Amino acid sequence: MTVDWNRQNFSGDNPEEHPAIVSIQENFPESIVGSGSFRGEVWGVVKSDKCREVLHYLALEPALSYDFLSDLTAVHFPGEDEPFEIVYQLYSIPNNSRFRVKTTVAEGQEADSVVSIWRAAEWMEREVYDLLGVVFSGHPDMRRIMNPEGFVGHPLRKDFPTGGRIKW
Amino acid sequence: MKKNRSSFSRGPLPAEDNIFLTTASAFMNLAQRSSVWPLQFGLACCAIEMIAVGMARYDIARFGSEVFRASPRQADLMIVAGTVTNKMAPVVKKLYDQMSEPKWVLAMGSCATCGGIFQTYSVVPGVSHIIPVDVYIPGCPPRPEALLHGLMTLQKKIDSQVHFRAKPLDVKPGFIPPELKDE
Amino acid sequence: MTINMGPHHPSTHGVLRVILELDGETVVNAVPEIGYLHRGIEKLAEQKKYIQVLPLTDRLDYLASGTNNLAYILAVEKLIGLEVPRRAMYIRTLFAEITRIGSHLLWLGTHAADIGAMTVLLYTMREREDVLDIIEETAGTRLMMTYFRPGGVVKDLPAGFDAKIKAFLDTFTGRIDEYERLLTKNRIWLKRTVGVGVISRDEAISLGLSGPSLRGSGVDWDIRRDEPYEAYDEIDFEVPVYTEGDVYARYLARIVEMRQSVRMIRQLVEGMPEGPFIERTAKYVLPDKTRLNISIEAMIHHFKLIVEGMAPPKGEVYSTIESPKGELGFYIVSDGGPNPYRLRIRPPSFVNLQSLLTMVRGHMLADVVAIIGSLDIVLGEIDR
Repeated sequence: MTVDWNRQNFSGDNPEEHPAIVSIQENFPESIVGSGSFRGEVWGVVKSDKCREVLHYLALEPALSYDFLSDLTAVHFPGEDEPFEIVYQLYSIPNNSRFRVKTTVAEGQEADSVVSIWRAAEWMEREVYDLLGVVFSGHPDMRRIMNPEGFVGHPLRKDFPTGGRIKW
Repeated sequence: MKKNRSSFSRGPLPAEDNIFLTTASAFMNLAQRSSVWPLQFGLACCAIEMIAVGMARYDIARFGSEVFRASPRQADLMIVAGTVTNKMAPVVKKLYDQMSEPKWVLAMGSCATCGGIFQTYSVVPGVSHIIPVDVYIPGCPPRPEALLHGLMTLQKKIDSQVHFRAKPLDVKPGFIPPELKDE
Repeated sequence: MTINMGPHHPSTHGVLRVILELDGETVVNAVPEIGYLHRGIEKLAEQKKYIQVLPLTDRLDYLASGTNNLAYILAVEKLIGLEVPRRAMYIRTLFAEITRIGSHLLWLGTHAADIGAMTVLLYTMREREDVLDIIEETAGTRLMMTYFRPGGVVKDLPAGFDAKIKAFLDTFTGRIDEYERLLTKNRIWLKRTVGVGVISRDEAISLGLSGPSLRGSGVDWDIRRDEPYEAYDEIDFEVPVYTEGDVYARYLARIVEMRQSVRMIRQLVEGMPEGPFIERTAKYVLPDKTRLNISIEAMIHHFKLIVEGMAPPKGEVYSTIESPKGELGFYIVSDGGPNPYRLRIRPPSFVNLQSLLTMVRGHMLADVVAIIGSLDIVLGEIDR
């Protein structure tokens, strides 16, 4: 008995057939640099300078209408040229379909804020800044959210010790 | 005169049944231990068990903790229920300072005792680093019965306090009062 | 005038700080400050094995630990590619619904107590003790269940469970009627909740609101119905949607959800299939304890799983469920090792709290408490 892992409606195993990837390839051909799928989930990797445009298009295009930003987070891969991979989980309420967009930024590079597209991104981007150190340009209130104000360092980076640096 | 049925009509009652001799200290302790009013200070999951203790099944009011006060100036007991983080630590200290004597602290749960399962960069490993703690209650979360046991242990500790001790003379060996000192 | 509704406040449901700017009695601006319970769960999870992360997930939304566990276990099972027997699916769905009832009961009690109805708090906590009794008999503890495992549940339902659940359900419907009699048509309640904290449909979607709060604003979306998981596609239930978008609509949405949960649990108990309660795939699930003395392979697998931990394939998954607060998602990035490379928890209350400013602007100071209550936030989930 095999289970259909696609219950989250990412629509399918073949990234080339996903409607979002097809539309991005038609309208922004140089911006998409990769795609992938795992257990029925499909994602597209976009260049960081074109990221805001692509997301704006995905949110407002009537056929796709990814109007709900489920999650915005980042992963740290030390050792790469662009160690921070920002991940956007999108969901379309009218079409009941999910899609993931990924982009990579280098150390010190500012990513584009998507608060103008989905207001839900405000605190999520603040959290990415607090825990990983990625600054979002165009964000109305870029400051730490979880850690206290004078905290030094970005805890979720791989070189930060779990036990912290304060001796109690 | 017709004898009425009240208990006073049976004449003066025997002294040994109605006069209690005790020390002022023990009486003070009895008053304090029977009316410990906690401060509503739930931080995390243990707060839910603290709420359950205040409710109908595990009633804490029968132990004297009739109300959970919201203001620290009106409370005797601070039940630190939950994880204390670095951001919250100054707030805990401020609240403890605002409470007036006599005051006690109960560290409820593993996180307040020793940091619990969260040995991370942002957690204070136990509230005893910030304020003095009287009773520790382990558990994650401790059952309501465990919290009541902790409260009873605190009451025993209150019973062991000594008040109104006669002040000893402030003398050291070899002391001669000045009026008796030979010139 | 700026007022600090500090981290220690009887009505903020945890350590939340709201900095309110008032013009007289009317709120002009409200900025929530969070992070007072930030425990670093995501960082801690990177040092632990997959099965050791399970007790950490209990402490996220500490009112409804069953749904947290379920979301994490579903993500891990998706990562591994593990299938679960039908009986285990039914049991897990049943406990997800029971924890939903428990969470909504506490929400109702504290929300009503904040607004002034103390009686409701005492009544709902009495019901919640019955719910916790059921959980305790099956899982062993009252609050933090940790009853699910990848592959199913840790042990089967106890004897006599059917009768106990049915007895609970029979009395519980009458109790919901009691709460409704006290509140739903009560003039004071209506005055304090109707028209307060209105948020429109488009604003709600843009702000990422989810769960009963979103359904109170007219959006018909429920992950249990639209992206069904576990046994939800085999039972019927209705999803309440109200269009007014105020505190009263959100209150009604949750009351109806409680009734629908009762309906779902009844169907699950009556239709409970027989069969195994866990899928003992050797590489990922611990073998049955009784086999350890008989079979050497079982002993070896047990040893390897305890000491080294299971190693899922390389990849990433994002798995969401409908928790009592909204869309709870787990995004796990695995590099093939025994620890998750990145565990991201998408907390519904974190995103829901962002809409506080929109809801509160223009209202009086006393309404702020009602609105925070209607959002149903849990600080353990917001701060992680």
